[in-house]
Amino acid sequence: MLQQIAKRFLTAIPSVIGVIIITFLLTRVLPGDTAAYFAGPAATPAAIDEVRKQLGLDLPLSQQFIRYTIDLVHGNLGQSLTTGQPVVSDIAARLPASGELTLLGLVVSMLIAVPLGILAAVKQGSLIDHACRIVATAGVSLPVFFTGLVLVYVFYYLLGWAPPPLGRLDVFYSAPPTVTGFYLIDSLIAGDLETFRAALAQLALPAITLGLFALAPIARMTRASMLAVLASDFVRTARASGLSTRMVIVTYAFRNAMLPVITTLGMVFSFLLGANVLVEKVFAWPGVGSYAVEALIASDYAPVQGFVLVMAILYILLNLFIDILYGVIDPRVRLEG
Amino acid sequence: MDRRTFLKSGTAGAALAGSAVAAPAIWSPAQAQARQETLLIVSESGPNNIDIQGVGTNVPGYEASWNSYDRLITHAMKTLPDGTQYYDRDKIVPELAEDMSVSDMSATFKLRKDATFHDGAPVTAKDVKWSLDRSVSVGGFPAFQMSAGSLTKPEQFVIVDDYTVRVDFLRKDRLTIPDLAVIVPCVINSELVKKHAAANDPWGLEYTKQNEAGGGAYKIVRWTPGTEVVYERNDAWKNGALPKIKRVIWRMVPSAGNRRALLERGDADISYDLPNKDFAELKQDGKLKIVSTPYSNGIQYIGMNVTMAPFDNLKVRQAVAYAIPYQKIMDVVLFGLAKPMFGAPPGTPPSVSWPQPHSYNTDLAKAKQLLTEAGFPNGFETVISFDLGFAGVNEPLCVLVQESLAQIGIKTTIDKIPGANWRTELNKKSMPLFTNVFSGWLDYPEYFFYWCYHGQNSVFNTMNYKSPEMDKLIDGARATAAVGDTANYDKDVEGFVDLAFHDIPRIPLYQPYVNVAMQKNISGYQYWFHRRLDYRALVKA
Repeated sequence: MLQQIAKRFLTAIPSVIGVIIITFLLTRVLPGDTAAYFAGPAATPAAIDEVRKQLGLDLPLSQQFIRYTIDLVHGNLGQSLTTGQPVVSDIAARLPASGELTLLGLVVSMLIAVPLGILAAVKQGSLIDHACRIVATAGVSLPVFFTGLVLVYVFYYLLGWAPPPLGRLDVFYSAPPTVTGFYLIDSLIAGDLETFRAALAQLALPAITLGLFALAPIARMTRASMLAVLASDFVRTARASGLSTRMVIVTYAFRNAMLPVITTLGMVFSFLLGANVLVEKVFAWPGVGSYAVEALIASDYAPVQGFVLVMAILYILLNLFIDILYGVIDPRVRLEG
Repeated sequence: MDRRTFLKSGTAGAALAGSAVAAPAIWSPAQAQARQETLLIVSESGPNNIDIQGVGTNVPGYEASWNSYDRLITHAMKTLPDGTQYYDRDKIVPELAEDMSVSDMSATFKLRKDATFHDGAPVTAKDVKWSLDRSVSVGGFPAFQMSAGSLTKPEQFVIVDDYTVRVDFLRKDRLTIPDLAVIVPCVINSELVKKHAAANDPWGLEYTKQNEAGGGAYKIVRWTPGTEVVYERNDAWKNGALPKIKRVIWRMVPSAGNRRALLERGDADISYDLPNKDFAELKQDGKLKIVSTPYSNGIQYIGMNVTMAPFDNLKVRQAVAYAIPYQKIMDVVLFGLAKPMFGAPPGTPPSVSWPQPHSYNTDLAKAKQLLTEAGFPNGFETVISFDLGFAGVNEPLCVLVQESLAQIGIKTTIDKIPGANWRTELNKKSMPLFTNVFSGWLDYPEYFFYWCYHGQNSVFNTMNYKSPEMDKLIDGARATAAVGDTANYDKDVEGFVDLAFHDIPRIPLYQPYVNVAMQKNISGYQYWFHRRLDYRALVKA
């Protein structure tokens, strides 16, 4: 098992190097002049040159790249010009916010999509199957910022059930002492149920927005995979042996149908991280996605590079985790590894 | 003391202690009291640096500096006919200084003896000199703004004694004193910052970027970049009446729709950067208080590059000026929330004021005729550019202009330029036709014209316009203003306004409004030249 993990890590190294080079070059070809942007509205060309020098943007590209990699080795991702902070501390402060939201979004969509997919497969062609199809299609075709705005309009503006969309906590709460950076977990550790409730209330709408968006692939994949398994020999044997329907579906069919669903989950998780960008904008969520977008608008290279790098590493870890999970679910995969 | 009074004082003491303990309970839920004393501001973006003298401090950063640092002097307020509190350009009042005396070539400021910084250190002449030296020495925008008032050298700032500072003038310039009341020359706790300065950072810019080192009416107690800024009132503030609001929370809410929802639901107290359409609707609803004030010395305009054919032809420029759908822009793009800068009756002589409307109007027949006279009976093709950073206004505006120009045969394609790139493009002066907005902190006609029309060709002379006659009038106005020669000054101002309208390298469209929406129980809003909020005067009933 350890050997497998080490092997996987080795194969990830070239991808990371590739990501570093590509993000470096891509951010350089973006339109916009960082120096002109930060020299302020009344800058003279001399002042712009001064800022350019201060930022090291007057050096040739190769030298800029060498400086960047040396910094990277030292764990320094550079300074963000939009927030004025080191990128590492910015991302460290914001990653838990995005992580908490994405994970909860994934949980929400799993809670809805998996049972929906199973029901649709078991009762193929029934009303619930069509409902599954409609919900999945609608969820994936509505852009997340639209779903988000509609939810805010209905549940906050019209009904007043949801708290104001003001980020992770209402202004009159203070954040729980940081342990994991996840407010839900930290507030429980601190034993502060009031803050837990407030944080959960803030999370509800953005997590549902993300969840709706992720419904489709999970529900459809569960359904398809269940259909294939339900038609297989061992299920027929199980049925013929007189096992209860519940036992056949939950214990035998579902466990075998899970493998492709897990793969899909990994993929869904990564594209949820992407969809996060828009949801974070709508809900004023202080996550990494909104951070990267703001930096992009300001031609602020360092945070964009840092963001892409962190995301790439996250994807690699995620894929590794899924590989390991395969082994847990299906011993055959483990043996081959 | 008998038993009864002892018990009484005991309970009083306990109550006192109880309330003291309850103070941090601002953070416990459902504290109506805390909400009452806290002002919640929502806006699209927040500061990237809380020191205005830092490198690349953005506009929200100005607001943080304005409220947490003091200046030697500031402006008094006046009341406009519509009841809005508006800064009085011509009335300077003391802030940190308790007295100012201006002589021929210098100004002497006597400091308050009881003023302190937030860490308790007294504010002395040393701090003032250090801060002013810093403002002219750090380069970039701060030094540039100081130079607009002829303040460029540290030698100009002289310590007379512990509580007296003299500012020597380089030359006579009527902008020197107003320039000491803008945001940049704030007074910084020099001892505190010097402790954090380094050899490669002698002015401690890295420290003040993150840490506030002022003595202003509000202390910045927490700043989470991109998320929120939290201020607490400085109860030891001596430089004005103690503000009413105890705590200010400024949250960044990027979605305009949500900012509006927060206001309408009564969860946020103030917001000031909503789209015009929202403001127009909120105004009609009447649930909130909306204050609209024109930008001082600011104009949105259509510019034409006079060095590029065919805009080097005066008749072409005039034809364009007659083909702009002025009123439609006011109605459709701005929902009436702007002050028109067109439609003066033809033949109106220019007045000594700026901004003022010109006499061009939408007259397509006349435009067509001028275009024919210029030798373009069938029109021509060109590109109109705008800054995507302000697409909400710029995009519909350019579409309307495109439609209207097409009717006289000028075919335009629209070029959308990302906000980060806009300034670079302006600097290149290679766009033939564009829309842009300019506004100056110092509200003087010659200041506006110096930046926008003078042949020294600053970045704001986006039209690349050079005219010796214009330069003579602008330089004349600056010189006559400095010595108070009103008669010649008036002549020069009227002269350059007239010339700008005749040569029409840029077509003024309107003076934009600063729109601020607030709850009905909020009062005391003041309009400042920097257009950001001053928390000190705000009151929450």
